[in-house]
Amino acid sequence: MEIGLSQYLTVAAILFTIGIFGIFLNRKNVIVILMSVELILLSVNINLVAFSTFLGDLAGQVFALLVLTVAAGEAAIGLAILVTYFRNRGTIAVEDINLMKG
Amino acid sequence: MAAALFFYLFSAIAVASAVMVISARNPVHSVLFLILCFFNAAGLFVLLGAEFLAMILVVVYVGAVAVLFLFVVMMLDVDFVELRQGMLNYLPIGGAIGLIVLVELALAVGGWIISPGSLGSRVAPLPEGVTNTEALGRVLYTDFLFYFQAAGLVLLVAMVGAIVLTLRHKEGVKRQNISVQVARTPATAVEVVKVKPGQGI
Repeated sequence: MEIGLSQYLTVAAILFTIGIFGIFLNRKNVIVILMSVELILLSVNINLVAFSTFLGDLAGQVFALLVLTVAAGEAAIGLAILVTYFRNRGTIAVEDINLMKG
Repeated sequence: MAAALFFYLFSAIAVASAVMVISARNPVHSVLFLILCFFNAAGLFVLLGAEFLAMILVVVYVGAVAVLFLFVVMMLDVDFVELRQGMLNYLPIGGAIGLIVLVELALAVGGWIISPGSLGSRVAPLPEGVTNTEALGRVLYTDFLFYFQAAGLVLLVAMVGAIVLTLRHKEGVKRQNISVQVARTPATAVEVVKVKPGQGI
């Protein structure tokens, strides 16, 4: 059976859905929410690379590189905020994060 | 045939480990399953012919991001069991939304074709007879130079932000203050005392 673009898009769609599901499932745990965001970005990357290969256009891979960069920065900043928050409050439960009364 | 076999192997393990990431009881296990998921995604990238991105995925995600997650999970003294309370309450609404998203994505994936004109508007067509890394390097530093610089800027800002957020100076520790040292003059540093013989200061 030939593996085409649709198969890759299906895998990426499943990973994306699992990521969204993870955000809802772990409403209280910021770390797992961050990991779910990483999963979502990974599925986007799979989409970009699959389109890049099957259309023969390198721009998709360059864009996937940029998404990777942003994902790395996001993880670093998110975890830094998490560490700072834990130092100040002693907890990372999402529902306790209401200092700004937003 | 082998490619199809490996595609199904990689994607099955990736999806299974992604499920374990969001459902594992211990966050350390979640991070380890995330690493497994990234490895299999890198395998999918290799199958797609994007070797450079596959290696970058392994180096950056597994080597840096996932290890960072691991550090933070192990450093924070959090009661993760308490954080899992009420997880099942969110299961129906989360499942419903996940199902809706999946159906929408399936509709989108199932109902499109590549228009014949679109292949003519490619930005950077894949060159023939060049490795993936070389082809990427050729366009990354020429056609996409500004995007490359912007990515560097994003990383710089992220680095500075992470340091500013987490760096703290301990109170009561003596530190070298170079500007104060350099600003010393004889007038502020030396005191001339006339000592009378036999009396001392």
